[in-house]
Amino acid sequence: MEIHDLIHYFFNGHVFLETLPQLVRGLWVTIQIAFLSIVMGFVLGLVLAIIRVAVKRSTNTWPIRLLNLPIAFYVDALRSIPPLITLVVVYYALPYLGIYFPRFWAAVLTFAVVLSAFAEEIFRAGIESIGRGQVEAARSLGLSYLQTMRYVIIPQGFRVAIPPLTSRTIAITKDVSLASVIGVADLLKAARASQAFLANPTPLVSAALLFTLVFLPLVRISMYLERRLAK
Amino acid sequence: MELLVDALIRNFFNVEVMYKARILLWIGLKVTLQLSAVSLVLAILVGLLLASLRNLRNRAIDALIIIYVDLFRSLPTIVLFMLVYFALPYVGISMPPFWAAVLTLTTNGAAYFEEIFRAGIESIEKGQTEAAKALGLSFTQTMRHVILPQAVRVVLPPATSNSLELIKTTVLASVIALPELLKQAQQAHGLFANPTPLVEAALIFLLLLWPLVRLTGYLERKFG
Repeated sequence: MEIHDLIHYFFNGHVFLETLPQLVRGLWVTIQIAFLSIVMGFVLGLVLAIIRVAVKRSTNTWPIRLLNLPIAFYVDALRSIPPLITLVVVYYALPYLGIYFPRFWAAVLTFAVVLSAFAEEIFRAGIESIGRGQVEAARSLGLSYLQTMRYVIIPQGFRVAIPPLTSRTIAITKDVSLASVIGVADLLKAARASQAFLANPTPLVSAALLFTLVFLPLVRISMYLERRLAK
Repeated sequence: MELLVDALIRNFFNVEVMYKARILLWIGLKVTLQLSAVSLVLAILVGLLLASLRNLRNRAIDALIIIYVDLFRSLPTIVLFMLVYFALPYVGISMPPFWAAVLTLTTNGAAYFEEIFRAGIESIEKGQTEAAKALGLSFTQTMRHVILPQAVRVVLPPATSNSLELIKTTVLASVIALPELLKQAQQAHGLFANPTPLVEAALIFLLLLWPLVRLTGYLERKFG
């Protein structure tokens, strides 16, 4: 392997400049999918966690507790099945049932539900970390169930949840590149297309560098948060 | 409603298609299991080696390992797969899909395992290393008999969860045309014009990994 080859194929300045606009456009799509999935995933995860805790705490009668079984199955299934398989099933299999999503939304939906499963577990651990006494105190002060959640439980639970939530969010944002498999024009797809067109893998290396540029600060922040909470 | 149930059975749980696709999926499952086993063992070994090296507290070695870990934690794994399989051949490094997948999963997984093992090693007081040294134990002996047995408690929950993630990541090898479970299911889907094999692939992973998901939760609660 000669150094000249390495520069020509991996760090080709000419190819880099020529393909950069396409890569940036791809990165923008990646960011959009990530943003929508994170917002939807968090909201869905929080709702599921609140339902699960509410059902568990409100009663001991088993028929009502059974309501939590579908949520538990949903969470476990999405944690067991690789996100790429979920994505392929959503995009290629659901249309057979007449359920059709455009590529972009198939990706958003997949990453949102996968994230919601992890978020549910994390939020639930957060909520359950707060003693029952606080709920009882809030209720005896006259706060409604929703007010107790909104002003007492969620703000505290959120702090416990932040480190695992950050690392999960980074993981799901990295998974967004899987969308290229179903043809979404994201950063990775743009890089692959340019690589094939120019018969030079520089765009792929540039994409890797762009990803590193975006994720490295996030990875560092998440490691910092983990360490700080551990103390 | 009846129509939907009918469509669901015909397209998602079609027994005839399952029968026709059985050999394709069986081959896929075997490749997935082999890839998981080889990559998991290698990733753990490399992670352990890197974490031990950091215990030497050599500045240069530390810096190299930190760069390695940060880089691999920042890169989406699918990008890594493509770099190894589609970019490296341009500079004369080419390997069959299976070994490209092993290399990717090992280098990527080792970065996470290094962090996990290091946290385990660091959880043990420095005095213990010194005491072991004073007793005449070598570096290897100290690691083997003093540090590692204690670190297991700190390490087990995140290591289990990371192993789970690594096994799930093996399906990305489908993008470099390795005939693992997902790739084979996609082939069968195309061949029989029916998505039952895709659903089967999802169900096989569910059956395979559900116990591991439960174990992860259990370990986190027990040691957390």
